[in-house]
Parts: sequence; structure tokens; C-alpha cells
Amino acid sequence: MNNTNKLRMFLIRNAVPIVFLVVSAIAIPISRFSLDYLIQEMLIRLSRNSFLVLSLLVPIMAGMGLNFGMVLGAMAGQLGLIFISDWNIVGLNGMVLAAIIATPLAIFFGWICGVVLNKARGREMVTSYILGFFMNGVYQLAVLYGFGSIVPITNSKLVLSRGYGIRNTINLDNIRRCLDDLIPLEIFGIQIPVATFIVIGFFCLFIVWFRKTKLGQDMRATGQDMPVADSAGIPVLRTRVISIVISTVLACYGQIIFLQNVGTMNTYNSHEQAGVFAIASLLVGGASVSRASILNVFIGVILFHLMFVVSPMAGKYLTGDAQIGEFFRVFVSYGIISLALVLHAWRRHADREIARAQFRGQNADGGTK
Amino acid sequence: MKDIKNFIEDVGWPRILIALFLLSLFVLAPFVGVRLDASINDTLVRFGMNGVMVLAMVPMVQSGCGLNFGLPLGIIAGLLGAVTSVELEVTGLTGVLTAMLIASPIAVILGWCYGLLLNKVKGSEMMIATYVGFSSVALMCIMWLVLPYKSPNMVWGYAGKGLRTTISVEAFWQNAISSIGAFRINEFLAFPTGMFLFFLLLCALMSLFMRTRTGTAMTIVGSNPDYARASGVNIDKMRTLSVVLSTWMGAIGIIMYEQCFGFVQLYMGPFYMAFPAVAAILIGGASVKKASIANVIVGTILFQGILTMTPSVINSMIQTDMSEVIRIIVSNGMILYALTRATKVRS
Repeated sequence: MNNTNKLRMFLIRNAVPIVFLVVSAIAIPISRFSLDYLIQEMLIRLSRNSFLVLSLLVPIMAGMGLNFGMVLGAMAGQLGLIFISDWNIVGLNGMVLAAIIATPLAIFFGWICGVVLNKARGREMVTSYILGFFMNGVYQLAVLYGFGSIVPITNSKLVLSRGYGIRNTINLDNIRRCLDDLIPLEIFGIQIPVATFIVIGFFCLFIVWFRKTKLGQDMRATGQDMPVADSAGIPVLRTRVISIVISTVLACYGQIIFLQNVGTMNTYNSHEQAGVFAIASLLVGGASVSRASILNVFIGVILFHLMFVVSPMAGKYLTGDAQIGEFFRVFVSYGIISLALVLHAWRRHADREIARAQFRGQNADGGTK
Repeated sequence: MKDIKNFIEDVGWPRILIALFLLSLFVLAPFVGVRLDASINDTLVRFGMNGVMVLAMVPMVQSGCGLNFGLPLGIIAGLLGAVTSVELEVTGLTGVLTAMLIASPIAVILGWCYGLLLNKVKGSEMMIATYVGFSSVALMCIMWLVLPYKSPNMVWGYAGKGLRTTISVEAFWQNAISSIGAFRINEFLAFPTGMFLFFLLLCALMSLFMRTRTGTAMTIVGSNPDYARASGVNIDKMRTLSVVLSTWMGAIGIIMYEQCFGFVQLYMGPFYMAFPAVAAILIGGASVKKASIANVIVGTILFQGILTMTPSVINSMIQTDMSEVIRIIVSNGMILYALTRATKVRS
């Protein structure tokens, strides 16, 4: 009895990844991709996206849910990249310089985000989401109208033909794959971006270490119960701001790593996609709004991107129409976020009803009736 | 002096700034060579086009479900109605009414399911509503390709199946409602009487409904759930009803929009359509917990006024089109303001 219960709990907890695994298992043979291709593709995507997804972990720890405000960090990273492309600084130096330029911006954005979210306690997610949209407007205002007029841009390749504003796409050839190819390694014809994985590995260690520090413990306490943490003398609001700042800065580095791999930057779109895909990946990995581990990140990135690569082709061979697969992919990314959010809110609501019923001294199922 | 201070506090700074901004745009317009009557005409038309979708926010805000970011769900019902009426080739006023008639049951069913879902997730409705809207739009993208519509006015020419991204309704029922009793004041300024009458009719019905027993119960559920429970109101039922109402209004709203605009926009068209409606009602003075018909009317005029005036006036002034950026900043800034303020009041 107890065992079946445990199994049921396990299935419920991991419903999302299991569904994904099953769907991928069906879709892979249909898509007719070779195993080599898929492994190579997954390795690239792991190195490309893991860092962005990892940046979401800290705010979840602090009980602030999924940080849709990571888009702000991505914007900061892109601003850094615009500058180094303008100054034409090549290779790893360029990348590091971009990160150095972007860090203060990311800290500032993160601080804004943290302060705003402190004013909207209890609805952090939707607020950070709208904040992302709002800052996107500010970003566009700055990049489309400020750059080249107020902020000097010397490289005419970057500037729109009208004399100011940055072009829609920027070629990042000068830093393309500079981190990925730093330590070249090839096994059975599959390239492995060792250096990027080392950076990601360090970052995972950082997260593990951070959880054990005083600040990390404070965050977990804040995430568990704000009033209790407050009476225990933890500066709750400050801790929350710090968690968002850390997340924003990391998202900024994540975006730089992402773009050095891709090699081109959509000045006005790249950051928006970063948020949706990172959050969908994390949720696919079995994380919830209040609980996420490093393992969730890697499982999530692999499963989500497997689906991402496979579904258009599978859709094409199944229905004879490539567009359906394309739309299916979009539907999956949004659908999975909705599903995970609903499951989480549902459980929380049920817990609250039970607690309330117990408080009134009734049967647990006597809730609203 | 005290009166002014009270007034500012009542109306709120952002609203005053936006109103002043709009006013200055209207004052500036003649000086930069933009015709005032044409601008007023555009503002009026867009007010009528978008009004119903903004009105759709009211029931859900009143019943405590928050801002309806899931409006695309209602819009989809409306689109299905519109597309089906074109398929049936009904023209004129009957065409629009057919579209609404077909859309209504779909909207009620979708809204009912959506309401049941939102009852399970009390406290995080807005986030989930956003994503319910997004995923339903994405799902419908597939459906538009697959659904068996045949009319050559709507499907892709070469494939013979799958609906086009934009479908013109000009030959069917463009301006069918707007033109009822419409009159021209001069070459640039016309008054779409029918559209306004329809909008005001819906406003009046909504306002009457809010005064009925059910409407009052709905408001109580929103402002004080415990009190509502104690007085024997079925909270979940009221919330579901408000969601159904909101979704249905979304469906009617998009049909109004299309009959004026002349095009049905499918696929990713409805994706972000909830945001302008949300921003409009907030600019009109609503909060996350309270909204009135007056908020709807004032908000739609202000928001649509800015959308109409910024491209023309600012364009003529500095020769660049900044309207898109201004729209993003104003609408999302307003939503952000409302989200952060509501907690302050509560604590």
C-alpha cells in the first residue's frame, strides 16, 4: 500500500518530465534524425542554455518563484556585446570585457527588479513578467534611438542606415564560439565544448556552496516563511533583492555564453526568447515554482531541446506540413509553463483548503462545501 | 488647495500625467501639420473598436479574479465565429450577428472551463491566465491549419487548405454595425453612431447587471470572500460566472473590432491582445481589485487617444516613429504600477 502510494507520488511529482520522455521516445524515430546528430545537437544546446537556466535557481530558493525578470539580465549582456562589437575586441578578451561592462548594468537592473518585486509580494511572477515587457520598451528606446546619437557608436556596420539606432541583427563573428573552442575535443566525430562545460561546472559548484553559506540559508528561510524569517532577524526584503540581483547578473553571463555560441544576435528579440525557453526548460526538468535542483536544470535542457529539435521534423513527416510541427513547438513551450504553473497553484490551493478545514476541526475534505 | 491635493490623490499621478500628455498632443497637433478633425475621427473609431474588449475586464476584476490576461481565449471564440460566418457567406448586419451568435456558445463553454481552472488556482490567477491565453493561441495556430474551412476567400490559394493569416471581411460585413446611423461632419470627421450605441448598450447592460442580486454577490466575492461565504454566496459559482461573462465579452469585442477594422487576424494575431485592454482599464483608474464602467470609458479614450496621436504628432515633430516604443512603455508601465500599488493598499 505504502509502496504504491510512493510510486504514485513519484509519478505525480515527475509527471511533466515523464510525459516529455514518452513523447520524445515516440517522436525520435518518426523524425529520422541520426543518433550522432542528436547527441551533437544536445551537447551544443546543453552548453548553450544551461547557464541561463541555472540563473533561475537562486530566486526559487528565496521563494520568489520563476524569475521572469531574467530578461533584464539578458538585456544587460546584450548591451555589453553591442559595445565590444563596436570596439571590435576579438576572442575571449572581448567576451570577458562584455561581461565586465554588463555586470554593473545587470546589478542595477536586478536591483530595480528586486525593489519592484518587494512592492508586489505574493504576485512576484506576474509582476516580473510585466517588468520584463516594460524594460523591453526602455531597452528599445535606448538601443533604437539612443545608440549612435547620445551613446557614440563608431562602427557603421552596427548602425541603421538612418544614422542612429542599432541594426536588427548583429554579427558576433569576433567572439563566435571563442569559449566553446578554447579547449577543442572530439570523440567519435562529436565535438565537445569542454571550456563551456567547465564554466558551467564551476557555476554548479558555486550554487552548491552558496546554499550552505549564511546568505543562502537566509534565502531558504525567507522562501519558507517570510514572517518567521523576519522575526528571526533576517533582513527579508534585502535578502530578496540580493537573490534577484544574483539571478540577473548570472542571466547576463548566461546570455553572453548563449550568444557567443549562436554567433548572431537579434538585437530586439534574443532576450525575450531567452526568458521563455529557460523557464520552460527548467519546468520540463521536473522543477516546480518553489523547488528546483541542479539536476532539474540538466534534465530539463536536454528534454526540452530534444523536443525542440525533433518536433518540427516529426510533425513534417507525420502530417506532411512543416508548419504544424513549428506551431506544435510553440504550443509545447507555452503549454508546459501553463501546466507546471497550474499544477503548482493547484497543490498549494489544496494544501491551504486542508489546513483551513483542519483549523475548523472538520474533515479534511469538508473544505468549501 | 486641499481640493486639488485630494483630486490628485484620487485620480493618481500616472493618470494625470497621461491625460496631460494626451492633451498636449492634441494642442500640438495643428502646429505640426496634423489635422485635428482627422485625429479626433481616428480616436473615436479606435475607441469604439476596442471598448468592448476593455469592458470585458470588469466582471473578472470585480469578482476578485484579477485582470483577465486570458482574454485571447475569448478572442479565439470570436475568431471562430467570424471565420465561420465568412465561410457561410452571410453579409451585412446579419453576417456580424451570425458571427456573434456562433461565437457565443463557444465562448461560454471555453469560459466555463477556464473559470473552473481559475477556481483551482486562487491567488495566482493572473500568471496562469497569461499562459492559458498564450497556449490557447498557440494551439489554435495548429487548428487554423487543420480545421476544414473551404471558402476560397479564406484559405491559402495554392494549397487549397489552411486559413490565411489575415482574412478580409470587406466583402462581407465591414462596418456593418458602425455604419448604422453614422453621419459625416466634414471630409475627415465621421461619427460611427452604430458602434457607439452598441458599446453603450453593452456598458448599460453591464452596469445594470452589476446592480442586480447576482452582480452584487459577485462584487462581494471579490472584495471580501469571507463575508461572501458567511452570507451564503457560492464563491466558486460567482467566479466562474464572471469568467464566462468576461470571455464572452472578449468574443463579442473582437468581432466588433474586426467589423470596424475590416480584417480577421488569425495565428499569432491575438497573442498580445490582452495587454492593451488591461492597460486601458488601468489607465482609466481601475485597480487589480476594483473596476467600474467609468474606468472603462475614460481609460479607453486616454489609451487609444495616445495610440492614435503619438505616431502622427511625434512623427511630424522629430521625423521618427517612436509610437511603438511609447506604447510598450506606457501600457506595461501602467500595468506595473497597478500591480505594485495594490499590495500597498492591502498592507
